[in-house]
Amino acid sequence: MLELRSITAGYTRNAPVVRDVSLTLAPGASVGLLGPSGCGKSTLARVAALLHRPEAGSVLLDGEPVRRWRHSAPRDQRTAFGVVFQQARLSADPRLPLTGLIAEPLRATGRAREIPGRIAELAPAVGLTPDLLTRRPHEVSDGQLQRACLARALVLRPRVLVCDEMTAMLDASTAAALVAAVEDYRAATGAALLAVGHDRTLLRRWCDRTVHWDELT
Amino acid sequence: MSTGIGPGPAGTATGPAPRPAPVLSVRDLSVRFLMPAGRRVAAVTGARFDVLPGECLALIGESGCGKSVLASALLGLLPGNAQTAGSAFLGGLDLLTAGERTLARTVRGRLIGLVPQSPAAHLTPVRTVRSQLEETVAALTATRGRAALRTAAEAAAERAAFPATHLDRYPHELSGGLAQRAATALALVGDAPLLLADEPTTGLDRDLVDRTVDELRRHVDDPGGTEGAGRALLMITHDLAAAERIADRVAVMYAGRIVELADATAFFGTPGPRHPYSRGLLEALPDRAFRPVPGMPPKLGDLPDGCAFAPRCARATDLCTGQAPPSGEVACHHPHVPEDVRA
Repeated sequence: MLELRSITAGYTRNAPVVRDVSLTLAPGASVGLLGPSGCGKSTLARVAALLHRPEAGSVLLDGEPVRRWRHSAPRDQRTAFGVVFQQARLSADPRLPLTGLIAEPLRATGRAREIPGRIAELAPAVGLTPDLLTRRPHEVSDGQLQRACLARALVLRPRVLVCDEMTAMLDASTAAALVAAVEDYRAATGAALLAVGHDRTLLRRWCDRTVHWDELT
Repeated sequence: MSTGIGPGPAGTATGPAPRPAPVLSVRDLSVRFLMPAGRRVAAVTGARFDVLPGECLALIGESGCGKSVLASALLGLLPGNAQTAGSAFLGGLDLLTAGERTLARTVRGRLIGLVPQSPAAHLTPVRTVRSQLEETVAALTATRGRAALRTAAEAAAERAAFPATHLDRYPHELSGGLAQRAATALALVGDAPLLLADEPTTGLDRDLVDRTVDELRRHVDDPGGTEGAGRALLMITHDLAAAERIADRVAVMYAGRIVELADATAFFGTPGPRHPYSRGLLEALPDRAFRPVPGMPPKLGDLPDGCAFAPRCARATDLCTGQAPPSGEVACHHPHVPEDVRA
């Protein structure tokens, strides 16, 4: 259960991007958040994933208030989230081969021993073939890189997935494949989903409930 | 140079009007990249298509299928390790054999206007839109003198519906849609007969996509260009909704080959696409089956002998893995046959 209560957030003082927004994500629920570019929906997604400290308001994860953000958030709260961003290129370390990219959260949490097993499970789930796993980001297409970024988001088995415009840069077939991979993971684990985007048709097809940004403010 | 490709039978007596000469005529265009250790990457293979004045051809396909390489080949912007074959005639000029001097002085901006993928990255960040427009007008037209340049730049902005009130702004002060219009205004300055739009809508929200492509369409229908017949637009995109909105014809590219060339109305409506890959792409849309094409596209450096789509295709037989698909409007051994044509 993730609750955002009266969140106000932004990047410069006295000019918040998000004003007094509340949103609740029940366990296992999927919510699609629709809004035009520049409305603040990505900022709200970052707050929800504990990646941006709001100026006011509170975030509750399973009833427990979040007090610390980003790197200083407690590990059990931080690893409850898996995040997929719009621009796979910008969110992938260009020096790491795709295996390294997917395994990074395991290394960071001292669980490197699980790497071979998790890679073997996740690569087919997101549609990555063995020859792709040894390549670096510049050797794969945007769609293939985004598949790896999704695998990275799933590697710690998060309870909440936040997908911020995950498919905006992708062709129809890759988009459908990634959404199917997310839904397979949710069906198996009961994870909740916050999908942020501007594509009405896509989010209505994908999520149990869609809310428009205007309804939240 | 009559081929089976085109909106109607060329040169038949029953045709309502003679087909206008194409603005761009691409024949058997191939691009190979020579890689270390003698590897060759077949980025584009045997592309054939025409773009007529007043027509929008949408080139669609997955990322990495060779669409942007094709665009770079037309503009002479391929890297040094690329080899091209075939021809791409724009008027009387073969773009593939033209020298850098010709390309720089007569082609880019003058014969081909490029609407870029990412307008924010295309504009110079440290100069205002007005200053960039004035520079472009001075470089591409005979306009001289400060006052004349200012007027011409304002007229150019107006043609792309860029508001005059925002001319003195810097690129970072513009929204995505306005930056797109600024880039389009720059592309229109040279009054080029061919507009080449490379993924013009990536990352824009749906309303902005609609506005952007509608504006591109308007420039196609606008009786500008050199002979008043309207411009031709080649739009490269993976956004099928954008293609459906404005295209007259659709070319589907897979693994470097154009596998289907079809009328847009038939392609998106009934009878629908004929190539199994094209059908798979449309079925992946969220307002259709939302079902991905199984598998992944092949590596362009290691293409199979037969049809490159065969490993992912439900209709594939031994014929497909052994023999290259036929060339023509549908590059497939087992295309879908429209119901009403089946005898």
